Amino acid sequence: MSVKKFVVGCFDDEKTLFPAVKNTRKAGYKIHDVYTPFPIHGLDHAMGLRDTSLHTAGFIYGITGTTTALTFMSWVFTKDWPLNIGGKPNLPLPAFIPIVFELTVLCAAVGMVLTFCYLCQLAPFVRKDHFHLRATDDLFVMPIEITDKTNAEEVKAFFKSAGAVEVFEKSAETGWWLGRYDSTKKAFEKEEEIVTA
Amino acid sequence: MALKEQFEIPGGLKKWSYALMGVGALTLILGIVFLHPFSGGHGEAHGAEAYGATKFWMALMHNSIFWLLVVASSFFFICATTLAQGGWPLAFRRVPEAISGGMNVLGPVALVVLLAYVWISDDHHIYHWKDASHLDEKLKAKSGFLNPTFYTVLSITAVGLWMWFRNWFRKNSLAEDLAGKGDTSFYWKSLAIAAAFLVTYGLTVLSTLPWMWLMSIDAHWYSTMYSWYTFASSWVAGISLMMLFVVYLKNLGYLEFVNDEHIHDIGKFMFAFSIFWTYLWFSQFMLIWYSNQPEETEYFIDRVGIPGQPGPFKAIFILNLLINFLAPLLILMKRGSKRNYTIVTLMAVVIIFGHWLDFYQMVTPGPLQELGQESNSISHFLYSLGIGAGFLGLVIFLTAKYLAKAPLLAKNHPLVKESVIHHT
Repeated sequence: MSVKKFVVGCFDDEKTLFPAVKNTRKAGYKIHDVYTPFPIHGLDHAMGLRDTSLHTAGFIYGITGTTTALTFMSWVFTKDWPLNIGGKPNLPLPAFIPIVFELTVLCAAVGMVLTFCYLCQLAPFVRKDHFHLRATDDLFVMPIEITDKTNAEEVKAFFKSAGAVEVFEKSAETGWWLGRYDSTKKAFEKEEEIVTA
Repeated sequence: MALKEQFEIPGGLKKWSYALMGVGALTLILGIVFLHPFSGGHGEAHGAEAYGATKFWMALMHNSIFWLLVVASSFFFICATTLAQGGWPLAFRRVPEAISGGMNVLGPVALVVLLAYVWISDDHHIYHWKDASHLDEKLKAKSGFLNPTFYTVLSITAVGLWMWFRNWFRKNSLAEDLAGKGDTSFYWKSLAIAAAFLVTYGLTVLSTLPWMWLMSIDAHWYSTMYSWYTFASSWVAGISLMMLFVVYLKNLGYLEFVNDEHIHDIGKFMFAFSIFWTYLWFSQFMLIWYSNQPEETEYFIDRVGIPGQPGPFKAIFILNLLINFLAPLLILMKRGSKRNYTIVTLMAVVIIFGHWLDFYQMVTPGPLQELGQESNSISHFLYSLGIGAGFLGLVIFLTAKYLAKAPLLAKNHPLVKESVIHHT
């Protein structure tokens, strides 16, 4: 958890957002993230994000479910408590398949949802900073991290030339924390400076 | 580079299709000469000649039904995506349109084969029910559905309707090319045709026709899942055939607007419907295996046999699961492999062969069981394969012919742009 300083550019149209993202990368600034009210096709590609590994994780969860179901049922019906059910063999593979399938799907689905929530830092009772509340409504918000090597004024000027409708500087907590939004006040102690273009 | 819109049939493709059709014709002639398809089989005359006739008709029925359903399923693909107002296949939609054109020849061919068997051939090992004097009590109860007249009427109606809808759709699609840019009347008309065809297809292939054409080979046995299962088999093979032609055209420099995303999406269809097929296959198998009713299990006993006494089709039965389920599941699962031209081509070939094999083990075991175990020979498999080569050649030849007839992009379709800018 750490509080970092950002310059936040807000755009009101996809058409200005895409060139802005492209030019930001070209200029060498580090895009923290882009917050949008709805999923935008191709934005991940424009931001240069790598493909997610979530499906690999899903495969591993699924395989775990498969092996759990198979080994447990085989052990129960051959070693632990063999039962004669309708004269079927003690290891009736076809009868196992539906359960194996269900457990595979269950493990893959639940595991992937939890992993997804972790990656997005989403959980009950957990709080995160918003850069701009209208990112959940009608604004595309792109914060750029200010380091020792970046000049905040330069970034602001760049955003304005890229067509941002609102540019401001903000210190924000990048991680998640447990508790109430009150604690964000610490992050907001520094005065926000809002420049309207 | 100028847009390569007009397909010209390359000499290599022509040669291959002629060679394959030649193999098929040769096999057919050999069959007519040596297997005596129009003699024997009746009453006490259970000689080698009678077996020959059965094998001849089995090979023809297996292949004509399989390839007809495969080309028909590519029209099903068009209609399903059209009715869902899906724009992404527009970049390559002329390919399934051309493949389904094969129906105009394969439909009549299948009808001639089936009706010749029902009305002209003396053999009755395939369809027990066709001979009124051989009916036992169970078949008599079914004779309202399983009789030559109803068979003929339903087959001709179904195949005729598919062809009619397909040609109507195609005509509409070609007329759209010549019309003005903003004219959406053709688009709405295509939706109506698609809806009407899907209802027809649902009432034939998805429910009644496979019962009649294929399930009645084992006339005493029944499964309500059978038609769905047959459809799933032909459908995934049809998608794979489409994939082969798309990749082929792409490699020749056509279909400029088809990119990795389209290939990926067809790959997803191959992957998903392989699993769909397995789901239906397994549902049918497991319920019968579990309840263990003699009149139901006989179907699988003819194929896999009983413990300690493997049936003649056990190897094909297991191979069927391996290449139709396990191979697509594991190989096509990764995102990268659905975008790799070599892998999808290879898997398309494997899947088409796998489902051809699936149809083989739907058709063949019942009659061969009657003829005795020794009749399940490699020679019959090879004979069926030879006829299959002929049909494959015919499909390639007809598809190439229909591809060359029209531009490869339906440029006035209102959803073309959606397909061109298609991404994940």
